[in-house]
Amino acid sequence: MLFFSQLINGLQLGSIYALVALGYSMVYGIITLLNFAHGDVIMVGGYIALLVITSGVNPALAVLFSIVGCVILAVVIEKMAYKPLRSAPRISLLITAIGVSMLLQNLAQFFFTANARPFPTGAILPTSNIALFGGLQISVIALVTILVSVVSMLILTFLVHKTKVGKAMRAVSEDGGAAQLMGINVNNTISFTFAVGAALAGIGAILYCCRYPLVSPTMGSLLGLKAFVAAVLGGIGSIPGAMAGGFAIGLAEVLVTALGLSTWADGVVFAVLIIVLLLKPTGFMGRSIMEKV
Amino acid sequence: MTAAHNPREAFLPARDQDKTPVMECKELGIDFGGLTAVDDFNMTIGATEIAGLIGPNGAGKTTIFNLLTKVYQPSRGSIYLNGQDTKGMNTIKACQAGITRTFQNIRLFREMTVLENVLIGLHNETNYSLSQAILRLPTYWRTERAMRERGMELLSIFDMQDVAKHKAGSLPYGSQRRLEIVRALATDPSLLLLDEPAAGMNPSETSDLMENIRKIRDTFQIAIMLIEHDMNLVMGICEGIAVLNYGRVIAKGNPEEIRNDPLVIEAYLGKQEG
Amino acid sequence: MKRIRIPLSASYVINLALMAAVLVFGNLIMSSGMVGRAQRSVILLVGIYMILAVSLNVATGYLGQLPLGHAGFMAVGGYAGAIFWKSGLLQQGPLMLVAGLLAAGLVAALFGVAIGIPALRLRGDYLAIITLGFGEIIRVAIINLPSITGGTPGLKNIPKYSTFVVVYACVMLSCIVIHMVMKSRHGRAILSIRENEIAAESCGINTTYYKVMAFALSAFFAGIAGALYAGNQGILVPSGFDFMMSINILVMVVLGGMGSMVGSLIAAAILTSLPLALQGFSDYRMILYSLLLIIVMVFKPSGLMGTYDFSMRRILGKVGTRILYGHKDEGGIAP
Repeated sequence: MLFFSQLINGLQLGSIYALVALGYSMVYGIITLLNFAHGDVIMVGGYIALLVITSGVNPALAVLFSIVGCVILAVVIEKMAYKPLRSAPRISLLITAIGVSMLLQNLAQFFFTANARPFPTGAILPTSNIALFGGLQISVIALVTILVSVVSMLILTFLVHKTKVGKAMRAVSEDGGAAQLMGINVNNTISFTFAVGAALAGIGAILYCCRYPLVSPTMGSLLGLKAFVAAVLGGIGSIPGAMAGGFAIGLAEVLVTALGLSTWADGVVFAVLIIVLLLKPTGFMGRSIMEKV
Repeated sequence: MTAAHNPREAFLPARDQDKTPVMECKELGIDFGGLTAVDDFNMTIGATEIAGLIGPNGAGKTTIFNLLTKVYQPSRGSIYLNGQDTKGMNTIKACQAGITRTFQNIRLFREMTVLENVLIGLHNETNYSLSQAILRLPTYWRTERAMRERGMELLSIFDMQDVAKHKAGSLPYGSQRRLEIVRALATDPSLLLLDEPAAGMNPSETSDLMENIRKIRDTFQIAIMLIEHDMNLVMGICEGIAVLNYGRVIAKGNPEEIRNDPLVIEAYLGKQEG
Repeated sequence: MKRIRIPLSASYVINLALMAAVLVFGNLIMSSGMVGRAQRSVILLVGIYMILAVSLNVATGYLGQLPLGHAGFMAVGGYAGAIFWKSGLLQQGPLMLVAGLLAAGLVAALFGVAIGIPALRLRGDYLAIITLGFGEIIRVAIINLPSITGGTPGLKNIPKYSTFVVVYACVMLSCIVIHMVMKSRHGRAILSIRENEIAAESCGINTTYYKVMAFALSAFFAGIAGALYAGNQGILVPSGFDFMMSINILVMVVLGGMGSMVGSLIAAAILTSLPLALQGFSDYRMILYSLLLIIVMVFKPSGLMGTYDFSMRRILGKVGTRILYGHKDEGGIAP
């Protein structure tokens, strides 16, 4: 019983990491950028949802607004901060991403203060449990989280492999120059990738707030970092990899906490990252890139 | 019509017959995944020979250079430098063993000065420790002065002493290529690999280059191997030429033999109809 | 064309004399009572951040990597120094001060080597992430070893060794040592790796060795800065050494110009003192800070001073030529 609930716990957390990791993976795959600001876009999504709910509007709209808000934000960031640096050295791009991340956190702090605000989980999903076979129970939130995450991955896989726009995304990931010559609008494809990643992040934001019902300006950064580890673990640039990595990190974190070592949990996540990077930097399912001499 | 040598045979210029060949490749081959890029590559270069490696694009010429400089490890076969088996060496050890190269797309230290680029080449020729540098002990001053003198000496052989303090990236294209060669020579190699040294040059620059290559060989008494597409250059200065196609040597010989070899002509021009 | 060329030895003497003057006069001013307590604190903090920025510049500006765990080295050095000073191995006094600083630097350098060897096998983004990971692990480890480090509440009662003279003497020493290294064959090797690693290898440069050396050098001075930080606050808490601290230092290096020691010094001074001087704007401060970072990156990625390398010889030479010969010094590039 305890094992089962911890397993569900880990899968639930892992699903959230997976949704966020997908965003990292997709953006890295297409413009080789570690989008440090991704976690903070999630934070913004959380605040949007909070504002919508507390303003008395139908909570279902909160989800919609949050997703739309994240998408718009991500596309704006891409157009204003990343696009101008597309041919600049990688360090500049990374630092700009860090700058955007800081900006988002500080703006949130300015408008909402650093104090965490409670998130009314009950407004979005029932906080009750569902009885399963053999006396086992699972919370509605956990079930929804895992299901949403898996469905999202399936939709995304379909999108990437079976649609025209997905093909464009894959083409630009492989060779942006060639894709352009083939008539693919590279800029739009990149913006679209950011949008999809942000939409998933928006969903992830709601589910995260349902599980940890506190919204604060810094909530995105540690979540983002860990999801990022998940993306690297699974192989950055790989969709199934991001899912696998997300679940792995979620389960690992829950396991360490269950063993009573909760203060080490964050450290363990990073230790996993380091081990993966040293042994197989391309992760479980990523691909290697060799420099041409 | 003189027949080219058997591609597996070794032949050396007369004056190098008594010395250890600077390089010997025996049945060298490499696969990348399922693709065999180079196979059964045999070549011997004499101690002061100017050798050429030619072939159509994609034949595997730069791959051979990468194998020689240990950027790639061979899948089979062996490479001997001055009689020493280079198995397991990395690029750094290969340089210390006496092989150095220039690159198809020039790889200079662009933000560093011309002289500093050459000083990097001289890095392993001298030695003073970190503490000697920090404390500015006499060894530091002595060694730096000697290095700079040697560096300027090398630069003046190529008439570049006046630009010693200029940023390498600010030089015109031809000078950048020359600088790459000077830097390579600073490492005191026994075998110098030149990857398309005449790329982007007009006929008069090419003929200067030919003179420079001969001058390098005569002054430094080293062997030189070049990859080149410019046939005037190759036929003009190479003593031994190997022709590569689809990763294999299809002909080997002196310029006269290669010029007339039907396999070579076919590789470059395609099969004659009728 | 006639030019004034200042001999190297003369420039060494001039530079050293100027530094000594700064220390002496600075100390006089600080102890004269003209400087308020808050300002004194800022001045000392500026010095500490100068060392941090200059040391990070070795790994970013000179080596060309992007390590994101510099706060980790600072923490390691800080705790090592503080523990040493509190240990009672020596009598409290100048000898203990120096020994503690050295211990801090060496322990941090050891961590630099230990982390550098695996981390520097990776390139670019991956190196950034792995160093970030190591930095976080160090912070988590500090929290979880309270018997050594005092845990989350912190390490208290650290002797306050960090006076104006001590801090700024360390600033100058760091700059001198780093300068001496960079203007030697070792420094050239490090720069060549930044410029073109493959070409450096083909010239026989042992790139792994020099990457680790640059890392260790960077960590060494970060450790010393950490110890000075401990000796300034009197207390160390692990939350002060998080990812944001690493980012703050990185911002200084980037804005100052990666590869410019002077740039790092100036940026550290401005970025440390400005927020405190602009207390009234504190709400907007961080927002402006982040905006500034983005704007500089988009419009001038090389930073404010680019790769400009301060040279007293060159400046005096140009000034001397103008004064003595009445014309501009056109001929020289660098002495």
